[in-house]
Amino acid sequence: MSAPLLGKDLIGLEHLTREQVTAILDTAEPFKEVSERPIKKVPALRGKTIVNLFFEASTRTRISFEFAEKRLSADTVNVASAGSSVQKGETLVDTARNLEAMRIDMVVIRHGSSGAAKFLGDRIRSNVINAGDGQHEHPTQALLDLLTLRDRFGRVEGLKVCIVGDVMHSRVARSNIWGLTRLGAEVAVCGPPTLVPREFTDLGVRTFRRIEEAIEWADALNVLRLQLERMQAGFIPSLREYNRVFGVTRERLARASKDLIVLHPGPMNRGVEIDSDVADGPHSVILPQVTNGVAIRMAVLYLLAGGSPDWAAGGSDEK
Amino acid sequence: MRIASEIVEHAGDSPLIIVGIQRRGVQLAGRIVPIVEQALERKVGRGMLGITLYRDDIQAAGQRPVVHETRLPPEIDGATVVIVDDVLYTGRTVRAALDEIADFGRPRRILLAVLVDRGGRELPIAANVVGMTVATAPGDRVEVRVSEIDGSDGVDLLREDG
Repeated sequence: MSAPLLGKDLIGLEHLTREQVTAILDTAEPFKEVSERPIKKVPALRGKTIVNLFFEASTRTRISFEFAEKRLSADTVNVASAGSSVQKGETLVDTARNLEAMRIDMVVIRHGSSGAAKFLGDRIRSNVINAGDGQHEHPTQALLDLLTLRDRFGRVEGLKVCIVGDVMHSRVARSNIWGLTRLGAEVAVCGPPTLVPREFTDLGVRTFRRIEEAIEWADALNVLRLQLERMQAGFIPSLREYNRVFGVTRERLARASKDLIVLHPGPMNRGVEIDSDVADGPHSVILPQVTNGVAIRMAVLYLLAGGSPDWAAGGSDEK
Repeated sequence: MRIASEIVEHAGDSPLIIVGIQRRGVQLAGRIVPIVEQALERKVGRGMLGITLYRDDIQAAGQRPVVHETRLPPEIDGATVVIVDDVLYTGRTVRAALDEIADFGRPRRILLAVLVDRGGRELPIAANVVGMTVATAPGDRVEVRVSEIDGSDGVDLLREDG
């Protein structure tokens, strides 16, 4: 029997091949239709038990994973750090091992520390899916962004995609850069030097310091949420100032010589990084992104559930 | 095509929907539909079933089978649904197709039409319309070629050490 496509875990896109990324997107296509059925459920993961382990706040991602799991007929349990033994000081591994002792099959983890997902994946038998770890990666978000781009343009190769905003602190930005470059897109980043440090050019992306230049260059903008705590930390002078210089506004989009689409991973700060009439306007693919998120997560769950019995042989990263 | 005319005989008065099982059943259904429409002098619904997610061997470890698209017309309740596939063997694919159709609605009747019946059933399933019956051994492979996918039409019986 041939090897499973994805190995045991999905930690990030950095170590996936172009073929693996493309296979996930292709697998997501038929799953789109499942969510349009009168009975939105297929029995593919019947009998699998999945734990959603969320140590950080999340609405969209957690609900999206939960829908994906339920539509595949898996049984799911949600664990949030508040109100659990995590508050009593239990370590991540102890929490996971206790869950595993109850015979679970997969863990979806969101954690504030970069590397938490891999750390966990290397220590438990269950499949681990990274739903965002610190500033490291958020692979399913990038995959749904790629699927949305492919829906709109018919391809990802050759597209010019600019990631705008707080790139430095963003796991969405990192996963997007890996995924986009792997599929042959041109990638740029745009933002103030405090949030878009020069190191990103090492990843093979170009840097714009003016949003107008980015809009003129790009086929698609992926606008990141400006995390408000950054302002207190002194990365930007004020929200209004940020909006004036880097905000994606209708006026700026209207001046561009070609049509482009605007993505946003959510949650949005309307009037800060993106104006309401852009978020709700014809350029926006923000809601299609959310729809695609369920299909992508179904595809990842389905592919990983193939299992890899030789997990202990050489760790999880046999990609 | 004889299969098409036998489907016409089974058609009855309720709305008729012909669905092919991915992948070669879809091509066969595509050829059957216009013949049936001409004979019945009415429109026939069409659809396709990607039964992968309903397979009973999906929990087995290993490579995930490719998932194919499912498209069924909405008016499936009360209709006569004809499932079309290329080869009928264990019957497990048909079992999956029946379960998947049940998740979309409640047809008045479901019929099964296959190009080749090679025997070897593992479930109590029989076809209503059979193109040809072939006696085979468990190790044999029966492969149907359709020009849309394979470049030519035909049925091959592959027997090891034959």
